[in-house]
Amino acid sequence: MSKVRLVQGNEACALGAIAAGATFYAGYPITPSTEVAEQIAVLFPKIGGKFIQMEDEIASIGAIIGASAAGHKSFTATSGPGFSLMQELIGYAAITEIPTVVIDVMRPGPSTGLPTLSSQGDIQQARWGTHGDHSIIALSPSSVMEAYYETIQAFNLAEKYRTPVVLLMDEEIGHLKERFEVNDEEKPEIINRKAPEPGKEYIPYENTEDMIPPFAVFGSGYRYHITGLTHGEKGFYSSALPVVDAMIRRLWHKIEDRVDDICRFEQVDTADAEILLIAYGSTARSAEEAAEVLRAEGIKAGVLRPITIWPFHDQYIAEICQGRKAIIVPEMNMGQYVREVQRVVQDVPVHSLTRVDGEMITPTEITAMVKEVL
Amino acid sequence: MLAKKQGHVTVVEKLCKACGICIALCPAQVFVAAPDGRARVADQEKCTACRICEMHCPDFCVEVEEIDNE
Amino acid sequence: MNALYENYFRKNLPHIWCSGCGNGIVMSAFARAMEQLGYDKNKTTAVSGIGCSSRITGYLDLNTLHTAHGRALPFATGVKMSEPEMNVFIFMGDGDCAAIGGNHFIHACRRNMDMTAIVINNHIYGMTGGQFSPLTPFGKKATTAPYGSVDPAFDLCELAKGAGANFVARGNVYHAKQLTDLIVAGARHKGFSLIEVMATCPVSYGRHNKMPKPIELMNHIKENTVSLARAAKMTPEELEGKVVNGILHQVDGKEYCQEYQNLLDRIQGGGK
Repeated sequence: MSKVRLVQGNEACALGAIAAGATFYAGYPITPSTEVAEQIAVLFPKIGGKFIQMEDEIASIGAIIGASAAGHKSFTATSGPGFSLMQELIGYAAITEIPTVVIDVMRPGPSTGLPTLSSQGDIQQARWGTHGDHSIIALSPSSVMEAYYETIQAFNLAEKYRTPVVLLMDEEIGHLKERFEVNDEEKPEIINRKAPEPGKEYIPYENTEDMIPPFAVFGSGYRYHITGLTHGEKGFYSSALPVVDAMIRRLWHKIEDRVDDICRFEQVDTADAEILLIAYGSTARSAEEAAEVLRAEGIKAGVLRPITIWPFHDQYIAEICQGRKAIIVPEMNMGQYVREVQRVVQDVPVHSLTRVDGEMITPTEITAMVKEVL
Repeated sequence: MLAKKQGHVTVVEKLCKACGICIALCPAQVFVAAPDGRARVADQEKCTACRICEMHCPDFCVEVEEIDNE
Repeated sequence: MNALYENYFRKNLPHIWCSGCGNGIVMSAFARAMEQLGYDKNKTTAVSGIGCSSRITGYLDLNTLHTAHGRALPFATGVKMSEPEMNVFIFMGDGDCAAIGGNHFIHACRRNMDMTAIVINNHIYGMTGGQFSPLTPFGKKATTAPYGSVDPAFDLCELAKGAGANFVARGNVYHAKQLTDLIVAGARHKGFSLIEVMATCPVSYGRHNKMPKPIELMNHIKENTVSLARAAKMTPEELEGKVVNGILHQVDGKEYCQEYQNLLDRIQGGGK
């Protein structure tokens, strides 16, 4: 049985989290993400999940990391200012390798900025917002259905790679209401963190072949130490140069070496496209519309839509851009994703189309730019 | 009449950081300071097994065992 | 090493703390408290923030979570809320708890979740070399208060009480046996328990305040402390500058996890 209804992007995230097996949420109210918390506050008690409203965003992410250490799939939702406050502990989750999901519904910044309108201004903050070298996974949905499925993916990736995962959703998608249909019999793939092998000595931060050590949850009988200090394989603080080096490199490579597994893209009319539009989130919808208009006018345009924002798949982007006449990257920021494209694409001109007034980029703006660069 | 309690004290030298707390707090003056400042048991016989040294040692290096005097 | 320490400490001693540091005395008192409480080590989690005192979790043979500066309580809240059967202890320092973690502290007191917070108050930021904290007494010297602190200090116990903690006690490292009793009583009390421990930092506090020897700080604590019973008979003038010890506040209020469980039972039972 499936039931079709109108659902908002933020609500779809809450439903996706439940489908992924989340049982713990801690958060602090902030526009435009609050509906995630409100939905979870309604739904979790019905399924035995735990919802807690914390005193601020720092406390919220601290609580979800604690709950995850105790074995519960945990998440929070926030927006720009709150996402900024969370950065230190996102780094904590990264270095301690505790699976966590952060939904960031993007609004224009900096600072309090423009709370009720849309933005894609947290692209680089998601990547580098916390201090120090680390890798991270970030996903960006373009529709309400995708908000649901990508939230499930966010949990799966967090569990599989023992990392914080950020769902970067622009306000446009967060507050968009559209057709939502999930078949009750449909069981999406759910990934749970790898547990220690019984009978084998447990080394909490062992440099295993896959670079992802098994996770012993608190209370399961393995008493060990988790610290945000640099640590050796046994989990205790170490400042020994080779130990620190190995730890940081493993944190990096466990994700950056797996781009083929992690990164997903959608291509629309790319095969013969002379103009390639690279767009994500709600902007991708305008790009797809623009490409259609351009095709009708005889301009061969196509769209590459990264669903995975981070890690950045250098090789994939470089290859798909090869031989095009021009690349255009429209985004609701001053050019945060285009920097990455320009970094890996040398022989094709890469143009940036920016908008930072809180409104969506329209298909007309994109078609106008295409005509300008041709 | 109850027999007076008696204890046997040991100092785990490698853990001692020479803070002098046990030496100062021991009501029976069981300890003296070695030339490097670390605690040394000088008069085992005086120990009454009150465990003040054990409870106040910040380095877990003083141990008291109660001697059975029956 | 005696059997008690063998049981509750990991095999990674000596610890990092300076000679005469009070943290070790607290850790020893905690081991005795654990023995009396008889908690299953697998079902006990110790959470700490950042600072000298927070390194205690690295030495305890429990589930241990050494978190970020000031943030121990939110992490502990996540552990306890998601696993109410877990016994949760939080170790914090004075700067850690009362400055950067102050907001978390008052809200943890307000929620009244069944956890036991042990705040080791040595009146100074020790790990960064001796800066004054919100619990440094007025007029005392620190590297950032070289002429004496002009900052008024919090009374952490009054703060906790005002914020809604159900069990508030103050002990110290001189009265070590009493400290164990206070930890046991706090842990047994259902609700949020605070045990503030007056502690010694000879290197970063004592040295700046004419008490460089550990025993001088120990004696200072002894001389400045009055029991609750004695304090009751003293005038406000006599109590000036004194520190009152004992269980200062104890009430049975609503415990957060229990209230949430009641809510789950109600909703899952078809209620609203």
